[in-house]
Amino acid sequence: MAAEASKIDALGQFELTTWFGGVGRVVNFTNSNFMMMLGGGLVLALLYYGMRPRAVVPGRLQAAAEISYTALMDMSVGSIGPEGRRFFPFVFTLFFFVLMGNLLGLLPYSFTYTSHIAVTFGLALLVIVVVTAVALKIHGLHFFSYFFPPGAPKALAPLIIPIEIISYLSRPVSLSIRLFANMVAGHVMFEVFATFVVLLAGAGILGTAVGILPMAINVVLVGFELLVAALQAYVFAILTCIYLHDAVHLH
Amino acid sequence: MDVLAAKALGAGIAVLALAGVGIGMGNIFSAMVTTVGRNPSARDVVFPIGILGFALTEAVALFALLIAFLILFT
Repeated sequence: MAAEASKIDALGQFELTTWFGGVGRVVNFTNSNFMMMLGGGLVLALLYYGMRPRAVVPGRLQAAAEISYTALMDMSVGSIGPEGRRFFPFVFTLFFFVLMGNLLGLLPYSFTYTSHIAVTFGLALLVIVVVTAVALKIHGLHFFSYFFPPGAPKALAPLIIPIEIISYLSRPVSLSIRLFANMVAGHVMFEVFATFVVLLAGAGILGTAVGILPMAINVVLVGFELLVAALQAYVFAILTCIYLHDAVHLH
Repeated sequence: MDVLAAKALGAGIAVLALAGVGIGMGNIFSAMVTTVGRNPSARDVVFPIGILGFALTEAVALFALLIAFLILFT
């Protein structure tokens, strides 16, 4: 680590630690795993307790559950087409897993599991495997015509086909790095500005007065990160929908 | 050149990509404002597409930022 940055421990917050003593060390149960289970449990609880009253006029929790259902249903049907109903559970699960990871990570002392490339790349790999499997199942070998757009001049084939294959294979990379980099950048910014506050507060009464500024920036950043958390989950889900649309309709 | 100085310079150069990102984001939002200004009823259709474009453009900025972090902190 660079000497100037030695006081700002920006990446320490992303370290994995095993929980639950010896048992946790043996099975490698980390804080990341715990947050994943917590996130999944929270979504299940929202849907279970939200939908239990089955009121005609929904309460707050039921409204939240219904809105999330209809919004994601609209999104998957709107961007995939009528076949979107079949993929709705997949999109819904992905959206809420990513959203819970991003939002739970904003709580103090918690851990953002979407800030690890292993997690996001695993999710992106799952998406791309599902998309390719769906395309192969629906279109069979005709799927490979996807790499050559209809109407393009035949002479350009040696140029277009490698480009299309590379762009297809780079999808999981960009999908995973986008989410991971957003989360890492946001949390590093928190850390840097919080360190400014601590450093300035150590510099006497004047420093404390100036230290209010980075503190205020951090407050604004929390609001911004709430937006980013929801936006990145939305982007992850809608890109999955777009890829599924390509798989179902080919072009 | 000192390694630390070279690292700082490299991180600075890496985030030069943000100039392009700024232009791109400005384009997206100017197009959105123009569209909504001409046809306010198109707002609901244009807004999600604009936000998607914003997120895709922001990703480029974050790639650059990630490289800068890699240079600085590793």
